[in-house]
Amino acid sequence: MHVIVDRELCVGAGLCVLSAADLFDQNEEDGQVVLRDAAAQLSTERALAAAQLCPSGALSAVEGTAR
Amino acid sequence: MIDALHIPDFPMQRTCPFDPPQEYAKLRVEHPVSQVRAPTGQIAWLVTRYEDIRMLLNDPRVSADRRHPNMPLTEEVTPQTRRNIAEVGRSLIGLDRPEHGPRRKMLMAEFTVRRMAAMRPHIQHTADELIDAMLAGPREVDLLTALALPTPTRTLCELLGLSYDARDIIQRSANAQLRRSVSAEERQQTSAELRAYVDQVVREKTAAPTDEDLLGRLVLSNRETGLYDHELMVGLTMLLLVAGHETTASMIALGVTGLLQQPEKIPGIVADPAAAAAAVEELLRYFTVVDALPRVAVGDIEVGGVTIRADEGILLSFASANWDDEAFPDAATLDLARPARKHLAFGYGIHQCIGQNLAREELHIVFRTLFSRIPTLRLGADLDDLPFKKDSNIYGIDALPVTW
Ligand code: HEM
Ligand code: SF4
Repeated sequence: MHVIVDRELCVGAGLCVLSAADLFDQNEEDGQVVLRDAAAQLSTERALAAAQLCPSGALSAVEGTAR
Repeated sequence: MIDALHIPDFPMQRTCPFDPPQEYAKLRVEHPVSQVRAPTGQIAWLVTRYEDIRMLLNDPRVSADRRHPNMPLTEEVTPQTRRNIAEVGRSLIGLDRPEHGPRRKMLMAEFTVRRMAAMRPHIQHTADELIDAMLAGPREVDLLTALALPTPTRTLCELLGLSYDARDIIQRSANAQLRRSVSAEERQQTSAELRAYVDQVVREKTAAPTDEDLLGRLVLSNRETGLYDHELMVGLTMLLLVAGHETTASMIALGVTGLLQQPEKIPGIVADPAAAAAAVEELLRYFTVVDALPRVAVGDIEVGGVTIRADEGILLSFASANWDDEAFPDAATLDLARPARKHLAFGYGIHQCIGQNLAREELHIVFRTLFSRIPTLRLGADLDDLPFKKDSNIYGIDALPVTW
């Protein structure tokens, strides 16, 4: 699994960073989420946890490998 | 059909110091969406289940616009106060998509996890100074006045770039909002005093902004976006001061009472930052100081077996959601080690608390510093005799006597 990000939806709550600082960061300029490695393969559990914690639907967990 | 006689009042009364109103458990099972009467007399739909609330908070048919006449307020208000709430709301918290996004974005970079972590030395210094003062005096202290209130006051002054003489005004106003013994007139008066002060500060910052503090940077970025006129900037500053104050102060006070129920867990929390971080999330969940927030439907919505019609008011009970066993097994148990971060104590959706990571830092530092410096701290009265605000939508305590 991997995670995709819709930056437009991000409200900068930072929950993704708090929970998985190895996967997510926040841009200094605008506070929006940055995926450290868009190609990162995640366990289903971690991908779903990140997507579920995000309050604004900016993160989704998707099956398969990132292209 | 609405049967006016059988619609319960909201807020519902708490019976135990720590538990949300008992009715919520029954409502979650039998009537997850049901009608209540707000203190303003308005009838609104009370939503009590975790999943329903999360769904509604990302539904475009749910509006946060405080100007809507059916927006159910959780306190009795004068027409003037209602206008003020609507006005402050226009700065951020009462905006819907798409107006909300650009304004939230102006603040987001200020509240990142990294920026809030950079506040640690200031918060630590504040906590140490306040605890020094406690230790220098008699061993009987109201922790609300000695620590819980001044910590957020000083942190917000530091963050926003307000001078220290602001402390008095801000604290007087927060104190007046927080304590029920204060009369409505006095409340209105301190709030007007704060508004006049904020008005003047915004004028000063607008005339000579620096990039050294949040308000200065906001003024500078506003020169580019032009999203905030003077009134809105005053509203936003008021929002930051008010939203970040009573909530954090109440959480500090309640959190200490919660921790003192499980004294055997405290040394582990003092010693281990990860254990402290987990404890902070669980205390946020367990106490949920902001019980319910108001919304209004702008389209018909099917939820929990009922249809909420356009223009009907909605109250989302975060306190109930956070005690929903479906989301948190054995939710009524304070389990300081459980993974609780998905709680709704900071709300959900686009308005989820922008100051949450500042609040986390404050709680983390205050709890650990207090119990590492005063390990023998204990309540100065019986738990059941403490003045918990059992009839208030913002949960808290009027005073917290402690000794050591
Ligand atoms: C324990 C402490 C806190 C709690 C429990 C809390 C709770 C909340 C909740 C439940 C909301 C959602 C409101 C809604 O959906 O209508 C919210 C929003 C907000 N909070 Fe907090 N808060 C806390 C601390 C802070 C701090 C420290 C600040 C700022 C310095 C702050 C600033 C805000 C702002 C500006 C909003 C509105 C965000 C928006 O509309 O986009 N809060 N807070
Ligand atoms: S949790 Fe969601 S809204 Fe918050 S910073 Fe991450 S992506 Fe953005």
